[in-house]
Amino acid sequence: MDVMWDAVKEAFRLLVGGDRYVYEVMWMSVQVAGIATLLGMLVGIPLGTWLALRRFWGWGAAAAVLNAGLMLPPVVVGLFVFLLLSRQGPLGGLDLLYTPAAMVVAQFFIATPVIAAITMGGVASVPKEVRLQAMGLGASRAQTVWLVLREARVTIFSAIVAGFGAAVSEVGAVMMVGGNLSAGGHNLTGTMTTATMALVRQGQYARAVAFGIILLVLTFVITLLLTRTQQGIRRRWLQS
Amino acid sequence: MLTRRWAWMGPSTSGRAMAGPRVLLGLLAWCMLWLVPFAGGCGDGTSGDGAGGDDPTEGRGASDLFVASTTSLQDCGLFEVLLPAFERAHPEYTVKVVAVGSGEALRLGETGDVDVLLVHSPEAELDYMRRGLGLDRRPVMSSDFVIVGPPSDPAAIKGLTDAAAALARVAATRSLFFSRGDGSGTHAKEREIWQKAGLVPSGDWYQTTGQGMGETLTITAQKGGYTLTDRATYLAKRESLALAILVEGGPGLRNPYHVMTVKDAREPVGAALFLTWLTGEEAQRLIRDFGREQFGEPLFLPEADKAPDKAQ
Repeated sequence: MDVMWDAVKEAFRLLVGGDRYVYEVMWMSVQVAGIATLLGMLVGIPLGTWLALRRFWGWGAAAAVLNAGLMLPPVVVGLFVFLLLSRQGPLGGLDLLYTPAAMVVAQFFIATPVIAAITMGGVASVPKEVRLQAMGLGASRAQTVWLVLREARVTIFSAIVAGFGAAVSEVGAVMMVGGNLSAGGHNLTGTMTTATMALVRQGQYARAVAFGIILLVLTFVITLLLTRTQQGIRRRWLQS
Repeated sequence: MLTRRWAWMGPSTSGRAMAGPRVLLGLLAWCMLWLVPFAGGCGDGTSGDGAGGDDPTEGRGASDLFVASTTSLQDCGLFEVLLPAFERAHPEYTVKVVAVGSGEALRLGETGDVDVLLVHSPEAELDYMRRGLGLDRRPVMSSDFVIVGPPSDPAAIKGLTDAAAALARVAATRSLFFSRGDGSGTHAKEREIWQKAGLVPSGDWYQTTGQGMGETLTITAQKGGYTLTDRATYLAKRESLALAILVEGGPGLRNPYHVMTVKDAREPVGAALFLTWLTGEEAQRLIRDFGREQFGEPLFLPEADKAPDKAQ
């Protein structure tokens, strides 16, 4: 238990003492996961909505592929992105490997299926009558879809939170394409998860657990903010 | 047809919804089946503790002997040669290798999670022994470190044997250098060389990975930088790397490995046997011959008859 107690003290010291490296790593984690989630929303929400509202030949297979995407092993995503961006790879000329952009690409592939699949479930569970009635009242296609999305907004919000969670907590893929680099005590491509993993490998358990605690606090604060927004949405929706 | 067949994957509800409880029960039963053997295993362990379970050979098969060692020994395949030979000589033990950096290996020894250490960080090892955490420490073998870099060699260090002079040139030209920065034996060696060169490396060109040798080599090759590596890991990964050996052979690049038995080992007898075997004739012969076939050159120099390294 000594390690745990040391870790709590260390986490407190790092957060309050203003360890610059720790703040840089936290900010990197939030930025990379945030951008990956935003991009994931841009692709995942339309994709999930489309799959929920349309039926076409091969729909079942497409839905199954999407659901399988939920279980996509991040290390496979990492390998794929690594090979894509490596010097010998098709996009090697962009020189993106071991940059924050590479980590965004990897996390995008992890977050998007989560967002799309949960969105699909949420949109599909909006009663069909809502759509029929809207169309019956003369709503256009776009207006109908917008109405359904508004109905499913709380679930879509959960989809976004889950997508962010999947991205920010991932370690294998990000380690592979980010490299956890730092220079002169400044963070270059380290995230909370890769920095924690590196510390574990070095036997610095107390500092590693401290990083873990900080990551938990960080995600809790972000989730709290998101959840408050979600509840706000629901309240306004109920009042209107 | 396809739509119908895959329909159960989607959010649609049909008659299959009725199957829910039965499926759940089935899954639950499956979980139980899985857990039963583990629960049984637990029971065995506790009863064994009470009734003379100290004899590792009694009742069960071979007992596990945990060896913490470096990723480099694992990656180059030396254990695949040594461990079967040890297990033939001492069939009462099964050796499990935990391959980590020397820093974590020493921590695992400190917490008693492993029985034997086979590491290459003389300073840290001596500190470990001074703190009374180890019982015995003996030299086993040595390999050597090399400085690798892009074949274009922008810092012009090719052909040097003095590692400190080579790193000084890397620093002077501000060429990209990747440090493991993980407290491993290789990292300790790198710091020692910088110290000898009278430099404290810092700047954008000096980057830290915090990862193992294999990963650091990959990053170095992809970024076209320089790094210090043990020869074995480099040779094992050579084909996937666009890196060449630029500096080798200098006296400051020796890489000695020592075996240490852990004071709070769970298998003290096995640990002592492993130490004796590793420094004995058979193991030393296997070490001397290792690598000739695969790499065209031996990777390690057997050194069991030498005096232990004090520090460098």
